Parts: sequence; structure tokens; C-alpha cells
Amino acid sequence: MNGEPALFEANGLVKVYPVRRGLFGAAAGHIRAVDGVSLAIARGETLGLVGESGSGKSTTGRLLLRLEEPTKGEMRFDGEDWTALSGRRLRKKRRDIQMVFQDPQSSLHPLLRVGDQIAEPLRVQRMAGGRALAERVAALLTEVGLSPFAADRYPSEFSGGQRQRVAIARALATRPKLLVCDEPVSALDVSVAAQILNLLADLRERTGMAGLFISHDLAVVSRVADRVAVFYCGRIVEEGRAADVAASPLHPYTVALLAAATEGSRARGLVLSGEPPSRVAPPSGCAFHPRCPIARPRCRVETPPLDAKPGGRAAACFYAGELSPRSGSSPPV
Amino acid sequence: MTAPLLSVADLSVELPRWGRWFPAVNGVSFTLKRGETVALAGESGCGKSLLARALIGLPPESARVSGAVAWEGRRLLGLPEKEWERLRGARIGTLFQEPGAALDPVRTVGDQIGEAIRLHARMSAAEARRRAVDRLREVSLPDPESAVDEYPHRLSGGQKQRVGLAIALAADPALLIADEPTTALDATVAAEVLELLARLRRSRGLTLLLISHDLGLVARESDRVLVLYAGRIVEEGPTAEIFRSARHPYTRGLLACRPRLDIDGGSRGRFPAIPGTVPDLFERVEEGCAFAPRCPERFTPCDRSRPPLFTDGGVGVRCFLYEGSGSGSDRDRRAS
Repeated sequence: MNGEPALFEANGLVKVYPVRRGLFGAAAGHIRAVDGVSLAIARGETLGLVGESGSGKSTTGRLLLRLEEPTKGEMRFDGEDWTALSGRRLRKKRRDIQMVFQDPQSSLHPLLRVGDQIAEPLRVQRMAGGRALAERVAALLTEVGLSPFAADRYPSEFSGGQRQRVAIARALATRPKLLVCDEPVSALDVSVAAQILNLLADLRERTGMAGLFISHDLAVVSRVADRVAVFYCGRIVEEGRAADVAASPLHPYTVALLAAATEGSRARGLVLSGEPPSRVAPPSGCAFHPRCPIARPRCRVETPPLDAKPGGRAAACFYAGELSPRSGSSPPV
Repeated sequence: MTAPLLSVADLSVELPRWGRWFPAVNGVSFTLKRGETVALAGESGCGKSLLARALIGLPPESARVSGAVAWEGRRLLGLPEKEWERLRGARIGTLFQEPGAALDPVRTVGDQIGEAIRLHARMSAAEARRRAVDRLREVSLPDPESAVDEYPHRLSGGQKQRVGLAIALAADPALLIADEPTTALDATVAAEVLELLARLRRSRGLTLLLISHDLGLVARESDRVLVLYAGRIVEEGPTAEIFRSARHPYTRGLLACRPRLDIDGGSRGRFPAIPGTVPDLFERVEEGCAFAPRCPERFTPCDRSRPPLFTDGGVGVRCFLYEGSGSGSDRDRRAS
């Protein structure tokens, strides 16, 4: 990235969860929720993570936020060893990395006034107090398109879209350098989702903050992210500029995702058979091979690494680029 | 001349609050012809699921339902519960959003399909089991011979939705009502289930009422579309025509604000969003068009009276912009 050090960098992240039988049973196996993920986010850049449920994208987000500790791997944030920070220094640094979640209903406290909730991170971080605090809250509410008078109201008095605006105002309070959004519009109606995505784009432009945008929806991710990383089964299977990935996907899984998100005519593109594999007992070799229309014997044995491709792209497939979105059509049944 | 499979005239479903009735579904009329797929599209709170529940005779207890629903010309509303039961399942199958919502967790898949079959046709348990296996094969469940003895919790979301479909189709209904059938599924699994639905539609000549908030899915899967806003049909017509050139400002706004890969191919930028939010049932404007407060094309008549359904090039549209462009339906034209 032009030699300039990335704002955030993760190397070889692994997160393993034990699987227990029964409530207090012994570990019966384990799930590699995140299995060797490396990524970098430049200053001012938004990276999109796209994948289906259980693909590891949200766990990756939680590791980046240090809401959970990785089993293995390193992270650097803003010039510091992010994995090594602890105690007071970690708490202080947290002001630079904030988050917005899917469901504002559960991320906002129902019994606290909206203004107090936006002020909370500023109080905790001792960044403002008294009159300045109230002014800052009013400015934040205006910034996300709400009235400053909203500060005195409770979350239940707002619609879903407005609550998500409140959650964004709270995340912006400490002027973070990186904003992590995990499915921020998935719980909203289409017409309201568009408003929130526009707001996020405006804020990015105004503040120059970097973003990590996590979503199951490739179309949404492509709209807001500069680069995307496609997750399957705990790994990144494809990465590149959002426009390139949407225009000419290299990994067969991305081709299928794209086909599922494309309407155009009533002709179907590539439709897979089978479902995402068990995370407890993943398939051998490439995890995608049981569903892959171009899988060959090698794919059953070897795990393809995420290899660099021309144009600053990368794909984890031995036959990357072989399946084009147009050629993919389902067999007649 | 054959009667439509299902015809709905001036159907309203009202919910009580503060001692008054509020119409969550408001004077909806449409017909379903044999073999066609009609989509009921709209955002949350537009009344689409409530409408579906009223159609199968299962509205919420507190609701007041009025209007006429006819099955092959026979009047349905006010039918005794016994006859409803015969019609549901035997003639009308239903599939819901939550995979497995319709499944009993403590009984095997085969048991549940078998029961649905035997509810409407007499046969031995062994025969029912054999047919259950056939049904599972029809919905492409892997390894149907052993899946028939599985319990629902052993199945994935997509597999549960296939079993739900097998149950819905157990008694060979003519109509399937599918309410957000793939919303809870991952994109690639949803694509598989939709392909299966399309195949069953062809092979069985099934009529499908597809309820969805997802306009991309509606565009791909339906022949005709009814767009609902605040309990009313605001636009209706052939899917291809409406997606080519939507009339109602709400439909146009909805279509414009969706991120689409096939058009902008991942280009970044602002969406043309619809301002405001879908009005709450109990806070809707009493006079005029329900969409007027959010409408970019609002003009004088919009606040004065409710727009009737005008027609414009084969499309019905409830908007004063189209007054005089075709023939407004007289039945609807009450206010002025």
C-alpha cells in the first residue's frame, strides 16, 4: 500500500472454540471459527468482509475489536502492537476503534436517555464534561441527521433506522480512526437501509475515518467498501477491489454469491448444490470442494493458499478465474 | 372461461386499539390464475403477512376481517373451521420464513410428512412412509431413504425448508403460499431453494403466492407483482413491466434505493433513498395518500383524498399522477 504503513494489520488470525457435549460436558471437538486470516486496512479506507452465516466474518470483526482474544495471530493498530495492549493503555486506545452492530434494539439501553448513551464513551474516556459534553452530544445528533432535542428521549421513541443513527452517533463520539460495522442495515427496511448507508458514506468523507464493513450481502458491501474480502469456512477465499470482485470474480464461491445476488433476467446463473459444510468436521482439502462445480481430485487433498493475482487481487483456488459468472448455469433438472 | 383459482375482493383486516379499528390491510383486491406466480411485495408493516393469514383463514384472534375471498368461485370468508381445515393443506399449502417453524421437534420427518398426506387421503402407514420418501426426493433432500427417519434438529436450515416444502405439498395442493421462504437462509442456499420452487412450479403446475420484501427475488421469480404500502396495493401489474418502468413513486423509490451488482457493478456512491420511514399502523395519515409524507412528487390532491387505482399501460397504480392517463376504477373512486 504505497509503502505507507496500514492503519490496521492482522496476520494469521486463528480463533478456535471448543465444542462441548451437553451443558457442562467435556470438549467433544473444536471449531476453527477463524482459520488463518490476514488483512490490512489503510487510513481512510473501508474494507468489506462478506460471507454467509458461520463463515467467520463476524468473529474476525470481534477479534479486531478485541472483544475476544485470538487463539493465534498478531494485530497492529495505528503503529502499536494491538494484541499486546492491556489494562489502562488498552482502554485508552479503544477510543480509536468503535463499532456499530446489527440490532440497535439490543445495543442501546432501553431505560437510558439517548443523550446519556451518546455521552457515555466521552465520559469513560474523560474526553469531555459539563457544558462541553452536552454541546458535543447535540453536535453528534445533528451529524447523524437527528434533532439535538432527541437527546432527552428514550430509544423506544425512535424507529429502527433512527435507533441505528443513535448507535452511529455513539460510535462517532470519540472520533475513532476505525469504525467497525457488523451488518448495520440487515435489520432495516430497504428504504431505510439506503439512508443509513448514505449516512455512513457521508461520515467517511467528512471525517476520513477508516472502516471495516461486515455483511452477508455482496451488493451492499460493494457499494460501501473500497476492497472486499470474501469469507468461506473461516478463511478468506478471495480479496480485491470491490469493483473488480463484483465485475470478474475469481473464486467459484464468489461466482455463486454473485449469481445469487444478480437479478437481471429470469435465467439463473450458477446455483450450487449442497450447503456450507459442518464447521466441526470440515471437508479435507479445499473446504468448498463438495459444492464446487469445477472441483478436481487435487482440491480434495490440498488446501489452496490465498495467492496473489494480477491487479492487486488474491484468490484461494487452484483454478481461479476458470468459472466465469456468465458461463455458470445450473444443469437442467 | 375458467374461474380464477383464488379471487380476493375488497379484503380488509383491522386491528383494535384505543377502542377503534385500524386497517392493517385495507381494501385489497386481486385474483390468482392457475399456474401463475404472483408476488406480494412490500416493506415490514405493509400488511403482507397479515393478508396471507387472512387468506388461509388464520387471522389473529383480535382482528376483524371483511371483504370477499373465493376459491374456484366458492366463497371462503365465514366458512366453518372444519371446512377450512379441509381446504388448508389439501388445496392450499403454506411455507413460512423460519425453516422448521412448522416442524415438530420430537417427531421424525417421515412421520410429519406422512401425517400431512394421510390427513387428506386414506392409506396405510407403510404407504404413507413410502410417499414421504418420494416427497423428500422431489424436494431434492440428499439421501431421502434415511432422511425420512431423521429428527428436524439434525437438519440444516436449507434442509428444513425443503422438508417444510415437502409437508406443504404433501396433499398436492393447487396453491402454495410462501411467506418470505428464503429470508432466513444464506444467499447461496436461498438460491438453491428458489430453483427448487421454480422447478416444482413447472412440474406440478403449481400456483404460487410469493410474499417477499426482496425486490430482486420478486423480479426473478414472479409473473405479476402487487406492491403493498400501508395496507393497500399501490401498484400492480406484470413483473417485467413494473421493473422496466415502475409508475408509483414508492415503487420507483424502492427500486432505486437497492444496491444492485448487475447495474452499478460495485460502484460506490449515494443511494437515492426514500426519506422518512414506513408509518406505524396506528399513526397513519387519515386523509389523502398514505405515501404523501415521504413522496418526492407530492402535489395538492395527495393531501386531500385517497387516490383510487388508476390504470396506465396495463399497470394499476394508486397515484394522482396517473389521473386521466387511463380509466380509473369507478368502484374505488369515492373521495374527491
